[in-house]
Amino acid sequence: MDTILNTYNTVKESEVKVWFKAAEVSKFAKDGGVCVKYKDKQIAVFNFQRRNHWYACQNVCPHKMEMVLSRGMIGDDKGIPKVACPMHKKTFSLESGENLNGDLEAIATYPVKVENNFVYIGFSE
Amino acid sequence: MKQIKSILVIGNGMVGYKFCEKFVVKEAAENFKITVFGEEPRPAYDRVHLSEFFENGDAKALEMAPRSWYEEHNIELITNERVTDIHRASKTITTINDKTFSYDYLVLATGSSAFVPAIKGVEKEGVFVYRTIEDLEGMMAYADKLKKSNPDAKAAVLGGGLLGLEAAKAVMDMGLEPHVVEFASKLMPRQLDTRGSSVLKNKLETMGIHIHLSKATNKILGEQSITGMEFGEYDKINVDMLVVSAGIRPRDELGKTCGLKMGTRGGIVVNNKMQTSDPEIFAIGEVALYNNMIYGLVAPGYEMADVAVDQILGTSETLMSPDIDMSTKLKLIGVDVASFGEPFMPVEKGYSIIFENKTKDLYKRINVSHDGKKLLGGILIGDASDYNMFHQIYLNGLPIPEDAEELILGARGEGSSSFGSAMDIPDAAQVCSCESVTKGAICSSITEGGCNNLADVIAKTKVTTGCGGCKPMVVDLVNETLKSLGKEVKNSICEHFEYTRQELFGVIKIKKLKTFDEAIDTCGKGDGCEICKPLVASIFASLYNDTANKEEVIQDSNDKFLANIQRNGTYSVVPRIPGGEITPDKLIVIGQVGKKYNLYTKITGGQRIDLFGAQLNDLPAIWKELIDAGFESGHAYGKSLRTVKSCVGSSWCRYGMDDSVGFAIELENRYKGLRSPHKFKGGVSACIRECAEARGKDFGIIAVEGGWNLYVGGNGGATPRHAQLLAEQIDNETVIKYLDRYFMYYIRTAAPLMRTSTWLDKLEGGIDQLIKIVVDDSLNIAAELETEMQGLVDAYQCEWKQAIENDDMVSRFQHFVNSEDTDDTIVFVPMREQLQPIAWDK
Ligand SMILES: Cc1cc2nc3c(=O)[nH]c(=O)nc-3n(C[C@H](O)[C@H](O)[C@H](O)COP(=O)(O)OP(=O)(O)OC[C@H]3O[C@@H](n4cnc5c(N)ncnc54)[C@H](O)[C@@H]3O)c2cc1C
Ligand code: FES
Repeated sequence: MDTILNTYNTVKESEVKVWFKAAEVSKFAKDGGVCVKYKDKQIAVFNFQRRNHWYACQNVCPHKMEMVLSRGMIGDDKGIPKVACPMHKKTFSLESGENLNGDLEAIATYPVKVENNFVYIGFSE
Repeated sequence: MKQIKSILVIGNGMVGYKFCEKFVVKEAAENFKITVFGEEPRPAYDRVHLSEFFENGDAKALEMAPRSWYEEHNIELITNERVTDIHRASKTITTINDKTFSYDYLVLATGSSAFVPAIKGVEKEGVFVYRTIEDLEGMMAYADKLKKSNPDAKAAVLGGGLLGLEAAKAVMDMGLEPHVVEFASKLMPRQLDTRGSSVLKNKLETMGIHIHLSKATNKILGEQSITGMEFGEYDKINVDMLVVSAGIRPRDELGKTCGLKMGTRGGIVVNNKMQTSDPEIFAIGEVALYNNMIYGLVAPGYEMADVAVDQILGTSETLMSPDIDMSTKLKLIGVDVASFGEPFMPVEKGYSIIFENKTKDLYKRINVSHDGKKLLGGILIGDASDYNMFHQIYLNGLPIPEDAEELILGARGEGSSSFGSAMDIPDAAQVCSCESVTKGAICSSITEGGCNNLADVIAKTKVTTGCGGCKPMVVDLVNETLKSLGKEVKNSICEHFEYTRQELFGVIKIKKLKTFDEAIDTCGKGDGCEICKPLVASIFASLYNDTANKEEVIQDSNDKFLANIQRNGTYSVVPRIPGGEITPDKLIVIGQVGKKYNLYTKITGGQRIDLFGAQLNDLPAIWKELIDAGFESGHAYGKSLRTVKSCVGSSWCRYGMDDSVGFAIELENRYKGLRSPHKFKGGVSACIRECAEARGKDFGIIAVEGGWNLYVGGNGGATPRHAQLLAEQIDNETVIKYLDRYFMYYIRTAAPLMRTSTWLDKLEGGIDQLIKIVVDDSLNIAAELETEMQGLVDAYQCEWKQAIENDDMVSRFQHFVNSEDTDDTIVFVPMREQLQPIAWDK
């Protein structure tokens, strides 16, 4: 099962080799999440309108390995933007990926950019 | 140069860990290097809550501290490594892998193992002990295998003590028929008297646990695996699995081989400094024989750890208490059992006051000194809510009422409480025995330590983090202390809203706020979170009867997808079947949908049908078919009305006094879609035989001579509660009128996620007050409540219908935003003739 986790590694903006064109902006719920398919990866993308920022992370929750984080609710924990897994409400920072209410492994995060009304996610491969 | 001394801790269990935890916070700790050896593969975990592993299979959640904690504190943790020898002459130890380490101080925290009596055949397959996570994994795997070949498989527990009963509950939860076999003539022989035991036995039997007392097992039957147990020549039972829980034996083998002084029946002898006969070797926890006793509880073990830490650091005043408190409360089993102080009372010491009510499986016994001034001990079965207070009265010798029976019978005068509040106990009283926290420490963490709420106090003092039994009293102390400082005791919602739910409800209503952004910008701060967003959504729903389709991003995840998320990320589908009445045609449609989408189907406790395993993408199509056939959303996902259960009623039943089904349908249709602080359920029975179990619901209606009796605030589930009588012999219209008022008042005033039973408990004045408000209209709000309810009823619409008729909404149910694919990571496995998600082993 660790193999699933191994497919997701944080990508920094400087490491991006591929900007994957995911979908039109209008397809992303405001202040909510959706899931984007890229090769064999599932990426959760959040249009955090209140902060005027987009975030992306792995869709799989490291707690029970279910592909559900995109269905979670977003918010902030003392200013840190976060997502809460819908299964057991484990929360993760959308910036560092860190598990904010426990000591699960951090989740991988990915850069997002919006150009010409399209949402792009950055991958290193 | 400073001389770093080496401490080796053998055993990384609860007490060995506690030693490390207490050690590293001391200033002098930097002069020592600690190395810990654990035989188990993982770092120390919370054995006391071992049974939780059955529920969630989450070993990590039980960890006392993650591996990184040991690293951070410069402790070397070597797991999977048993220590095999101690060489006192050279002050070294060797491990199973032949590694050698030398020590200045040695701490033996090797705990104990389950005692397995030498019964013939006990080595057979299917016989387990109950001590480690691996034991549990073994049991679970074996139970699964059994159930596949025999759905009625049985499991016995050998030993009817504290642990045995916990194990019995565990095997019951695994789906096996539980049997408890006890050698003595009573259950929990060390804690209960015969009458108490028989009340408990009764209660456990009604829960489905079979109890066999006075049985000496002389043989385990079966070829390779266990098939039964034999007590006498003609006395046997058939069982397919056995959990031995017949006591513990200290893991004292290391002490024995290196020549430490041992007890005659095992255990390494220690003095009140926790030193063994070799002053540089300490023993703590369940391996240590103190006062000629092994204490099978964590609290004394933690105290021993504390003493050993101070002794090694040279703070010699810290000594082990001469008397060890063995009071206990049974957890988990679903029936309150507690025993404290001296449960049995020799006549020369005092007298007993006993209260027993067989119809309610209640038994209370208190033992009082001859002069009637001191509480010496007691037993509580069926209702142990007074345990914490009694325990404190006993420990601290607090005064008791002149008429001691008031302690268990309650004071006669209305409203006066028989004994004082938690604040009356002395500051030195130890409230949390696991973490040794006194009442004084709890209160001063607020008055002087800057704590502002329960969470702060827990973080600072660690109270409640052991067995958790002290929590109710800690909550009282924290609230009372805050009040005494003039600080309002606030259950504010979360970091984003400094209001209680009730207050926020008022503000949103008055300011007519309609969106989450409006609400947080007007009366909160930050961006919200998974606590306040659904709460605000639920308030909007109660005020405007919006469906969960409005602002779906602030809805609880289940509301957002109008379905309950299941173990593998698929969803369940539950159409409404009001009152449990359904035509054959509609049943056929459900069958066809289930078949077409390959769903697992099951009849629920609420008299309807649950279809499991629907992929997100399929939900709209499934619902379209159901809605076309005349179904509506059952709101099984929502914090709203679930079902109104009914018995078949006077149209068929020869005892029925009224049309329970008809009335149940009417009520279910009236309140369907009504969103509230928590889910709520109803029941309608057509006679006092109560086949609909209406009194286990948030509202229950029972037909009697001359009308209906209306009961409210009942609950099934984890904390069963009978609903209480609100009004008698009333007609249909009056039932609806009172229900409207009751629900609306609950919706307005309850805290989030508070069921009606807890709400009613907390309501000042309880049911009497509620009767005044609902029946007598003492607050003069009845008309307003009724109008509000009628508004909500009129605004109802089926949210699934709404969702499938709107393309934007339908797109929410696509798993990928950029592909029509479904989630291909979902794996199902066969189960009986249907499917289930693959297990979470990961
Ligand atoms: C199911 C269950 C429920 C319980 N419920 C309660 C309760 O409600 N309240 C309560 O107070 N108590 C309860 N207890 C008892 C409580 O768990 C024990 O009192 C406590 O765990 C004792 O701690 P310990 O560190 O002494 O021993 P342990 O936790 O047994 O730890 C000892 C460790 O040392 C290891 N070890 C042994 N020998 C060696 C060696 N030679 N080399 C290396 N490692 C070694 C063992 O493998 C083990 O990991 C419960 C116990 C069980 C099993
Ligand atoms: S699966 Fe994510 S919190 Fe449990």
